[in-house]
Amino acid sequence: MIELSQEDLNRVEKKNLFASGHRACGGCGQALAARLVVDAAGENTIALMATGCLEIFSTPYPDPSWRIPFLHSLFENCAAVASGVEAAYKALKKGPVNIIAQGGDGGTADIGFQCISGMFERGHNVLYVCYDNEAYMNTGVQRSSFTPLGARTTTTPMGNRTRKKDLPQIAVDHRIPYVATATVDDYRDLQRKVKTALSIEGPKYLHILAPCPLGWGHPGDMTVMLCRLAKDTGLFPVFEVLHGKLMNVLKVPIKKPVEDYLKLQNRFRHLFKKGVPTATVAEIQEIADQNIERFNI
Amino acid sequence: MLKQIEGSHAVAEVVALCRPHVISAYPITPQTHIVEDLAGLVGEGHLEAEFVNVESEFAAASVVLGASAAGARAYTTTTSQGLLLMNEVIYCIAGMRLPIVMTCANRAISAPLNIWNDQQDSMTVRDAGWIQLFAEDNQEAADLHMQAFKIAEQISVPVMVCMDGFILTHAFEPVDIPDQKEVDDFLPPFQPKAMLDPRWPRGMGLYADPRFYMETRYILHRTLEKSTEAIKQVSADFAKAFGRESGGLIKTYNLEGADVVIVSLGSVVGTIKDLIDQMREEGKKVGLLQITSYRPFPRKELYDALRDKMKIVVLEKCISLGRGGILATDVRWSFPRAEKKDRAISSFIGGLGGKNITQDELRLMVERVEKEPVELDFIGLNKEIIAERDL
Repeated sequence: MIELSQEDLNRVEKKNLFASGHRACGGCGQALAARLVVDAAGENTIALMATGCLEIFSTPYPDPSWRIPFLHSLFENCAAVASGVEAAYKALKKGPVNIIAQGGDGGTADIGFQCISGMFERGHNVLYVCYDNEAYMNTGVQRSSFTPLGARTTTTPMGNRTRKKDLPQIAVDHRIPYVATATVDDYRDLQRKVKTALSIEGPKYLHILAPCPLGWGHPGDMTVMLCRLAKDTGLFPVFEVLHGKLMNVLKVPIKKPVEDYLKLQNRFRHLFKKGVPTATVAEIQEIADQNIERFNI
Repeated sequence: MLKQIEGSHAVAEVVALCRPHVISAYPITPQTHIVEDLAGLVGEGHLEAEFVNVESEFAAASVVLGASAAGARAYTTTTSQGLLLMNEVIYCIAGMRLPIVMTCANRAISAPLNIWNDQQDSMTVRDAGWIQLFAEDNQEAADLHMQAFKIAEQISVPVMVCMDGFILTHAFEPVDIPDQKEVDDFLPPFQPKAMLDPRWPRGMGLYADPRFYMETRYILHRTLEKSTEAIKQVSADFAKAFGRESGGLIKTYNLEGADVVIVSLGSVVGTIKDLIDQMREEGKKVGLLQITSYRPFPRKELYDALRDKMKIVVLEKCISLGRGGILATDVRWSFPRAEKKDRAISSFIGGLGGKNITQDELRLMVERVEKEPVELDFIGLNKEIIAERDL
């Protein structure tokens, strides 16, 4: 583990390694998150990505947005490709270098799940970053295993009836040294977590909530506010797990009801009949309350 | 040094002599011995390499993809269902022009589940953009790996060395295993044409819209067509360095004056050669054209060798269901339609799922096509276990 000073950790990095001019929608949480991640990681980084929005809006030939070496292969193999890059650096006795694998919901929790489990279990020195926008946005808003209860997607037109897969916990259960969650509104915290992760040898998992204006149905300028509400309601707990120990849980002294968060998004609009919340809203509130209790938010 | 060893072991030893940096594979019968032997060579310190124990063939192919992109000489091996599971990555490796070498220990495809030999697995990925070389025996299987790395790295195209499962992988034969210096002299260290390195930032695997996609595929197709030159050259270099013929595009046997020519690939050519020798003693002229490079398909070489032959029979251990022989289609395509209308190219399928191909059956096949062309038939088929209602 590399020792980083508080000053290093708290410095906000702006290097534009993920350049402007990419093709993401206005207010895209993933584009913002990806820039924060690579700027925190710095030039000595190799970025890998799964097929998905990030890859589509940042790697069209001949004008990609990355100023660091990057590779895209397939939808579901990013973690395995990263394992191979890491093995090559070891075998060639090159480095040290930061290897960052990135994926959305599908590439991480669903179709790419097996490769990620393999990468964690084998102990590769790779940071895996998941940009969680709670549905398959690149293909036009279909349900993923990260789609929250109640959310309407094109494949759950009556509202999703399942709860989010708890991937941070699954990562912890692989006994990897570092797992953290973050949101794009708090860029200092997000970048601090990237730097912390990269200072630790072994597999790391960073789960970032990345609102999608198109899929969630909110104006682009509300991306940051929705992140704050996700935390303030308890729906998205922000924490770190270092060597299996839960720490630095973001405390929310004054909790907000989930309604405040849900009402701002079209994907939850059907949960309110003439402004009156349906039973699903109460179920969602229950999830938030469970999170608050579990993480002592 | 000549050793009496198992085919898998010979391949593992030669792959190790090629000094791969990264090896990743998932065990599957009949490829397991290759993986185990390589793991042993790395584990015991005979080979300095990263051996990545993955959770699936899909991951194995992805690991070598990443390793090759990062500048490592990378190797994997699989067969059958494993190759099918890798399929998506197989195409991606070729499209990204990564010079990975793979051994395919040829085996049948489910369903029904069957672990025995045929060549359906390699054939399913014939269009993926890999060079596919088929070994006749274990010496050639070993030799082809040295050639494969050299060809792949010269022209940035992946190479699949195909060897018949069990028949070769589990057979003990005398194999000449070269020493490290001989291999080093033949195969120089890998000089990647592009790699992931923060000192020279570059992107790999960008997406190409309709302005660029077809052009990229066209370049890969042309490169594969032209790779016949590299395959021939490397085979010639190999013969010079090691004093034996192996690899190349095609090989012929007893072709001079042959009335019937069998076209085939893989280990069955050994049986065919024995039959040819026997029939020659009986005064019958049967020849053999053996395909070593199935992709790129050596259309010109095949045509030049067989242009005056009127009775050709293709024997293969794979089938395009609903269509027929796969190799037969390639062979028929190799002759201009208008030329010699009475040329007959017969198609036989045999040995699926490990069914033995016997000399007697081959003899019947030859005798049949001597009399009349056969559009498509199967050898060794036990019609007694096929009920009328099944058809």
